[in-house]
Amino acid sequence: MAKRVGMEVGIAAAEAVGMCNIDMAAVYPITPQSHIAEHLSEIVADGRIDAEFVTVESEHTSISCVSGASATGARVYTATSSQGLLYMHEILPIVSAMRLPVVMGNANRAISGPINIWNDHSDIMPQRDAGWIVLFADNGQEVVDLTIQSFKIAEHKEVMLPICLNMDGFQLTHTVELIEFPDQKKVDKFLPPRKPLATLHPDNPVSMGTLGMPEIYAEARKSQDVALINSKQYILQIWDEWEKMFGRRYKPVETYRADDAEILMLTMGSMGETAELAVDQLREKGMSVGLVKLRLWRPFPFEELKAAVKNAKLLIVTDRAVSFGGSGGPVYIEVKAGLYHEKERPLIYNYIIGLGGRDVPVPCFVEMFEAAAQSAEKGIVKDYEYYGVRG
Amino acid sequence: MIEIRWHGRGGQGAVTSIEMLALAAIEEGKYAQGFPSFGPERRGAPVAAFNRIDDKRIRVRSAIYNPDVVVVLDPSLVGLVNVLEGLKPDGTLIVNTVKSPDEIKKELNFKGTVVTVDASHIARKELGVPITNTTMLGAVAKAIKVIKLKSLEGPLKERFGRLAPRNINALKRAYKELKISEAA
Repeated sequence: MAKRVGMEVGIAAAEAVGMCNIDMAAVYPITPQSHIAEHLSEIVADGRIDAEFVTVESEHTSISCVSGASATGARVYTATSSQGLLYMHEILPIVSAMRLPVVMGNANRAISGPINIWNDHSDIMPQRDAGWIVLFADNGQEVVDLTIQSFKIAEHKEVMLPICLNMDGFQLTHTVELIEFPDQKKVDKFLPPRKPLATLHPDNPVSMGTLGMPEIYAEARKSQDVALINSKQYILQIWDEWEKMFGRRYKPVETYRADDAEILMLTMGSMGETAELAVDQLREKGMSVGLVKLRLWRPFPFEELKAAVKNAKLLIVTDRAVSFGGSGGPVYIEVKAGLYHEKERPLIYNYIIGLGGRDVPVPCFVEMFEAAAQSAEKGIVKDYEYYGVRG
Repeated sequence: MIEIRWHGRGGQGAVTSIEMLALAAIEEGKYAQGFPSFGPERRGAPVAAFNRIDDKRIRVRSAIYNPDVVVVLDPSLVGLVNVLEGLKPDGTLIVNTVKSPDEIKKELNFKGTVVTVDASHIARKELGVPITNTTMLGAVAKAIKVIKLKSLEGPLKERFGRLAPRNINALKRAYKELKISEAA
């Protein structure tokens, strides 16, 4: 039986990992991910699962350590945040190039400087081109579900890629809320033990992660790109399977009251649910607004995005990170490029919001919708704008 | 939806309070959130923590600006921090103090409902320490009326183990001993 409990989302993320029959984890604690590290180490120390928890001295080591273990065929997990993720950066593209199905939780947090421990998406954006599958959760339930799904997706023999599951630091990780835990037996059925294609073993030595000369390097890079693009169909397949077994539906692009909406806002992560309330308020006032929520950041779901925005006149993209000196926030740049070849496409605006824990309550989303609608009415074409920022 | 802000000092267990209250509400089949004021906290420094409780799924994740209820765990915080900030004019203020509700009303010039209880005294008697978070939960349960006192017992038992009976006694006493002065 599924269990309905109140639990802090960070703790719930560790509990979800505990349901996935992992062999090994190496996690270096960092705010706001620490509760995941602490609780997972407790689950192992209490003997609730048969796994190794390796205490490491840094994130560079945690990611290296889980990668080595993954290469031996183990099911592995790590988690990090902010500067920790940046410290892993050197290793991240190696994990995907070696096609190691590492699953990592990222408690999204701003990056220094100024030093800031609060939530935004500046940590994951510099990892965009590392070749990982990158997912975003909107709430605690999605953190639990997506964690379990991630192992199955990553280890699928046609995928074999690492996954980074993003959950907003504090807003999600430190909130106690209602979560329905799936039944362990059903999870075991959904997620059988890993079947690796090749493994490192002293009795049967192989080389992994070798030198790629100019004659092969480009082919290796291309094949990795193809693998990441192709992974989407298996992600969809696994989400279908999840829905059949557990009843909750997951899509690369989620929509809220978007079908007939003239004005759409695009969000990624936990602010989407707050923005839904702004949509409800404006709908009551007769404004034709809706929401598009991006769950899959890599591989980018171009087809689903195009379908979701095809009838809109205006698309407001929100970003929670800055691409200094670029044409807008990273999500905006991607969305704009993705729609460039469309004959009919909406006018696109970009608001950079919620940096370093700056709160964005419902009235701010209402104001953004209204301000953008007025600018669009006047036919103003513009790129990004920092919402509610002084100076 | 009911929104609650808790004021305490680092180490007084405000975060435990919000967790216990959220768990009790969820146990009753309701929806609830409990979250701390995000960021670093220091022992003894004023801190805040928050709850939302509703019969429907809660989607809002921003901070709470206009709470329906404010709970003050430490009497010394009244006057030190603006405990009334954003509190709805017809809202409820629940204070751990030896003073009467009318004295607090006058002191703060607040016209909503005021609940007072000498939680420090109860906690000292029942728990042997002046940590009032669980005691004040009893007062909150009575004042906000949306959860039953009994629903707090399960979460407290799970959290406090052999110390749970004492904490449950403390919250029952606060439930009985509090004084209310309704909104004018």
